[in-house]
Amino acid sequence: MLKINDLHASVEDKAILRGINLEIKPGEVHAIMGPNGSGKSTLSSVIAGKEEYEVTKGCIEFEGEDIGELAAEERAHKGVFLSFQYPVEIPGVSVTNFMKTAINESRKAQGLEDMPANEMLKLIRQKAEMLEIDRKFLSRSLNQGFSGGEKKRNEIFQMAMLEPKLAILDETDSGLDIDALRIVANGVNKLKSEDNAVLVITHYQRLLDHIVPDYVHVLYNGRIVKSGTKELAHELEEKGYDWIKEEVNA
Amino acid sequence: MDLKEKLVSSFLAFENRVDLDSEVHDIRSQAIKNFETSGFPTKKDEAWKYTSLKGVLKHDYSVFPKHADAIDYKDVKEYFIHDIESYKIVFVDGKYSSHLSKTTHDGIDVCLMSAALTKTKYKILIDNYFNKIAEKDSITSLNTAFASEGAFIHIPKGKIVEKPIQILHFSTGKESATMLQPRNLIVVDENSHVQIIERHQSLTGNPVLTNSVTEIFTNKRAIVDYYKIQNDRQEASLIDNTFISQKDQSICSVHTFSFGGKLTRNNLNFYQKGERIDSILKGVTIIGGKQHVDHNTLVHHIEPNCESHQDYKGIFDQSATGVFNGKVVVNKEAQKTNAFQANNNILVSDKATINTKPQLEIFADDVKCSHGCTIGQIDESALFYMRSRGIPEKEARALLMYAFSNNVLESVKIPQIKNRINTLIAEKLDVNIGFDL
Repeated sequence: MLKINDLHASVEDKAILRGINLEIKPGEVHAIMGPNGSGKSTLSSVIAGKEEYEVTKGCIEFEGEDIGELAAEERAHKGVFLSFQYPVEIPGVSVTNFMKTAINESRKAQGLEDMPANEMLKLIRQKAEMLEIDRKFLSRSLNQGFSGGEKKRNEIFQMAMLEPKLAILDETDSGLDIDALRIVANGVNKLKSEDNAVLVITHYQRLLDHIVPDYVHVLYNGRIVKSGTKELAHELEEKGYDWIKEEVNA
Repeated sequence: MDLKEKLVSSFLAFENRVDLDSEVHDIRSQAIKNFETSGFPTKKDEAWKYTSLKGVLKHDYSVFPKHADAIDYKDVKEYFIHDIESYKIVFVDGKYSSHLSKTTHDGIDVCLMSAALTKTKYKILIDNYFNKIAEKDSITSLNTAFASEGAFIHIPKGKIVEKPIQILHFSTGKESATMLQPRNLIVVDENSHVQIIERHQSLTGNPVLTNSVTEIFTNKRAIVDYYKIQNDRQEASLIDNTFISQKDQSICSVHTFSFGGKLTRNNLNFYQKGERIDSILKGVTIIGGKQHVDHNTLVHHIEPNCESHQDYKGIFDQSATGVFNGKVVVNKEAQKTNAFQANNNILVSDKATINTKPQLEIFADDVKCSHGCTIGQIDESALFYMRSRGIPEKEARALLMYAFSNNVLESVKIPQIKNRINTLIAEKLDVNIGFDL
């Protein structure tokens, strides 16, 4: 589904990604872990198409197609979804209207008519229920004044609405208390199928107890320096990242 | 002959047509003297530093337009808020158009300034209110000198006027260039409520210069909601001078929507003459090309325990220029004043300009006064967030700009006006926004 080949990316001439190789197949859950500043968020932004980052080498293939030149919205239309580490506050646009616009723009890109209003409402209600989101919350301005947990839950609500093929969860566990974490993880697990894939980017292992990865990769200094199964995550939780750094530097 | 000379010399002819003996005669004579002494403001005047009338004054305006042909309602329907029952006072090239209007004397007076100035039954109102709060500056004086026609609205005590009142000024472009000087007087007595919509609209591409003066008296506990829709053609310019006097516990709101025209200058002045008054000034400006919009506001807090809320948003594209000059004066006696002012702007293009200047003169010591102005571009992180959800860049930009101006619309009480403004904003931003925000 996703194939990243020798990906180099920089921002303002500063190289951040220095040769990433990663392949994710349908039905898989991958986790990328790593110390602060290793390039985790950059990788997720580059996959989602943030223009600030310049891809200097390598390529990103999604379902066999090079998406490197596609705009962020085109990648979204193809089924790439990024759950933001810091969701942006957008005053004046309600959660509901934002979702309506996003869904109908995606449909438009696929040559479909707008989703009928009643169908949309039903879908919104159903997905909100799944994530235990209060209906009042949906008429509030997007992310404005939301708590950290509400923002993250809202990200997963959007994922549930858009049903992406590849969901990238960037530090989704930060700012979540244990109950919210459980709700968010349940949401992700319910959306999981044989046809889609999840890439979890996290600093800590805690989320991976709930969203169990098939593969764990360690990102350090812009490269994937170690890959393994979920046991690797436990090892990192226990021993920290220093031994990885030492291993790489040696 | 330049425009000033032309105006001054035509004053005599004008006076001969109207009553020389009336008290208004003295007011007019004094006013033309004021204008003759100072002339049109130039950029040397502090209040006009960022707005030049030069390009507007170069045309050879016809000062007294000839009587125009009648226009059909169907041709101008789009300029009305037509999906709502309302009173209408309509002028075509400065002349009252009875067939487009719907006036009344049934419990309230919704009629003409010309009637108020000449009929004896209105004499007391004219004596008490006419030209009592209009400034004596040259532009306002120029209007006062020729004040003869416009809207006259009197709402007696305790009337809640259900239907809004629309004041429309059309210019037909029959002359190669037309100057119009409507004069409106609105008196709202105790405990009454009225909603008014004002619009100036030219129907051709010929230059039009409108110098309008409106005096609004909001007596005790009265509520006035005033909406100005400014979306005129490229060669139309408007200098709007509005003066509002408020008595105890009254609430007056003015929403100004500036979406078009060559040059638009809004001189909006509030005088709080009582306690527990609320004054609300809101504006949305969305312009492009070489358009120019200048909001020059004054809120004068004279007595204690009053509030004022100013919130102006501006979006400027291409080579458009904007000015916001917001003056708040708090007298020594006006303790416990709560004055809020915000002016937020987005410059869409590198060539667009905004000059924003808050001006606070506070002489009381126990007050809450805040002001803030911002000038920025579209928030790139918000843009990426929306695009990552599948909303294309153009729509995302429009949606962000739409949302940016949205909170100003929240206080619009008439849904039909809100819809109209929503539509106009969507049109201006060239995007189809298929829902209410």
